[in-house]
Amino acid sequence: MVHGEAWTIKEFFVYPNEYIYWSIQIVMYPFMTGLVAGAFVLSSLYHVFGVKQLKDIARFSLVFSLALLPVAMLPLLLHLQQPMRGINVMMTPHFTSAIAAFGIVFSTYGMIVASEIWFVYRQFIVETVMELRAKPQRRAVESLQLALYSMLSLGAMDLSPEAMHKDERAIGILAGIGIPVACFLHGYAGFIFGSVKANALWMTPLMPVIFICSAIVSGIALCIATYIITMEIRKLIFNRKRKSNPRLPSIEELKSAEIQVVTITVKYLVMFLVLAITLELLDLIFRSYTAVKSWDILRSVIYERDFFKIFVLQYGLGDLVPFIIFLMPRLTIRRALVGSLLVLMGVFMMRWNVVIGGQAFSASFSGFMDYKLPIWPTSVELYKEGLFGALTVIITPFVLFYLVTRVLPVFGIKDSH
Amino acid sequence: MMNRREFCKNAMIMAGGIMIPLTALEVFNPSRLHAEKDGKGKVRWVFLVDLHKCVGCGFCVKACKIENDVDWDANVTRTWVERYVVTKGMPGEEPKTYIDSPKGCRDGFITQKIDQASMGLKDIKPEQISKAFFVPKLCNHCENPPCVQVCPVGATYQTQEGVVLVDRTWCIGCGYCVMGCPYGVRYFHPELHVAEKCTLCYHRLCRGMKTACVDACPFGARRVGNIRDPEDPVTKIITTEQVNVLKEEFGTKPQVFYLGYSMEVK
Repeated sequence: MVHGEAWTIKEFFVYPNEYIYWSIQIVMYPFMTGLVAGAFVLSSLYHVFGVKQLKDIARFSLVFSLALLPVAMLPLLLHLQQPMRGINVMMTPHFTSAIAAFGIVFSTYGMIVASEIWFVYRQFIVETVMELRAKPQRRAVESLQLALYSMLSLGAMDLSPEAMHKDERAIGILAGIGIPVACFLHGYAGFIFGSVKANALWMTPLMPVIFICSAIVSGIALCIATYIITMEIRKLIFNRKRKSNPRLPSIEELKSAEIQVVTITVKYLVMFLVLAITLELLDLIFRSYTAVKSWDILRSVIYERDFFKIFVLQYGLGDLVPFIIFLMPRLTIRRALVGSLLVLMGVFMMRWNVVIGGQAFSASFSGFMDYKLPIWPTSVELYKEGLFGALTVIITPFVLFYLVTRVLPVFGIKDSH
Repeated sequence: MMNRREFCKNAMIMAGGIMIPLTALEVFNPSRLHAEKDGKGKVRWVFLVDLHKCVGCGFCVKACKIENDVDWDANVTRTWVERYVVTKGMPGEEPKTYIDSPKGCRDGFITQKIDQASMGLKDIKPEQISKAFFVPKLCNHCENPPCVQVCPVGATYQTQEGVVLVDRTWCIGCGYCVMGCPYGVRYFHPELHVAEKCTLCYHRLCRGMKTACVDACPFGARRVGNIRDPEDPVTKIITTEQVNVLKEEFGTKPQVFYLGYSMEVK
């Protein structure tokens, strides 16, 4: 069977070779890179602009950004017909192609995140090493920990005030460089679509900007949601532990700290949400007003065939409802959670409507293609480009986040940052 | 004894020092210098389709599938023929254009009903038809090929004679070229899983032969020629008669020319 045939249903006249070649994994790719970029921007709000209230979530979102990073590449590898040759992009980059710079942009960004995390955690790492070294008798696990942390410290054991001050400056600079690079990483994903002149829905110079705004929105939303869920779990654990150790913070203390962080983060979320919606609507209005050749078919896709996905799921449930939820007075944790989950769904639908919607019509403008998401994987291809492949991509960052926080805990660290 | 800082410093200087002479290999690329010195080559293949002559028999599609080992039953094809049926404007009904290309016209058009894909077959009465014609399609071997531009690894390239080809050993299968082509001529090879397209029978042209589809066409609707040769009959037609190209607005400068082009052609 030809690639794409399993999930494409053609209507009227479609060129014989046309199928939905870019399917669910290409929806996942901008969604995941968006989360990476957004999480990083959120952490930078504290490190660069000194938004003190975000201190708690800044460390959290920085580590989350690291956990998401490898996963931004995963959908691309799952999508490639020749995944083993993926490295060719780095070996022989053909720079007229928007994809060619991916390796460079991605690794630059990866290095920035990794080094920023190193600076943020240096004090913790060194202290752990000292503590473990001081122990006269070490268990096997502790010896292993010592080896790991010694390696992570890279031999920089200086914890003097001057050294710590230098660390802080380095963090500020890295976070500062990181913001444009994160925006570039994602704006660049938008450029990959926006520059395809053969696709009437994709081709717009607004695409990179729209992608950046929705990326930040989704990244912040994910951080809020994960933060709230992690805090709930912590409350449960503390409740149990407090019986033996009454010095731990009480549930009320945790709660008040949590709602403060969430309220201020939501403010930034709403700000970027407004920007994202404005740009998306501008694009839509501009298209309908200029009504060039492709508008006839685009109109039937946007207002008829994809109406539910665009206006109900994306704009309605994904933008409008959370907007109301967030702006209503006396925000509660539960409402913030529901709102951010809806925002995440809305941004996912936006990616879906761009990627799949852009292939919902034939380049002949005389026919349509319908996408049927493969559910049960009966072959490797149907796994990769189906529901389970997408779920793999969604679950992996959480597993990675869990693993990373075993080494670099995000809560309960006392430091100057 | 060298300390760490000095080691890093020296390593960077050395790496830089090695890189500079290596870049000369790129600056003085011999084949590139040769190409630039000679200017444009003597051959630029172009294709000419005479829409007045095509009857939609599908021999070209068959010949292409056999010559280029394109899977016979796979629903992809390097070249295909479209059928256009334009109906008369009836009271209360606008004139409409129906298009189809069942199996890429591999078996010709064996029924008068129009294939509407999942919408079934559309029966149009002969008296309702105002005009009908066939349009063969193939890769346009554009002068400014978007597929070559977007390939992230340079696996798609243009030969000196203007033919756009794919390196099957280097293609990563990202599909960007497939999405970048406004004409829908590209697809994934069902077995090799790399981008696949019309090669203008480059292997035949290089041996002085014509493409398989040109040889197979019983009516002379398809012709291939060298636009740089003023004596070439194809060049003469293109330069002296009213020809058109597909989707000129994309700026791809397509090199497949159509005689008898109609505005309904997509």
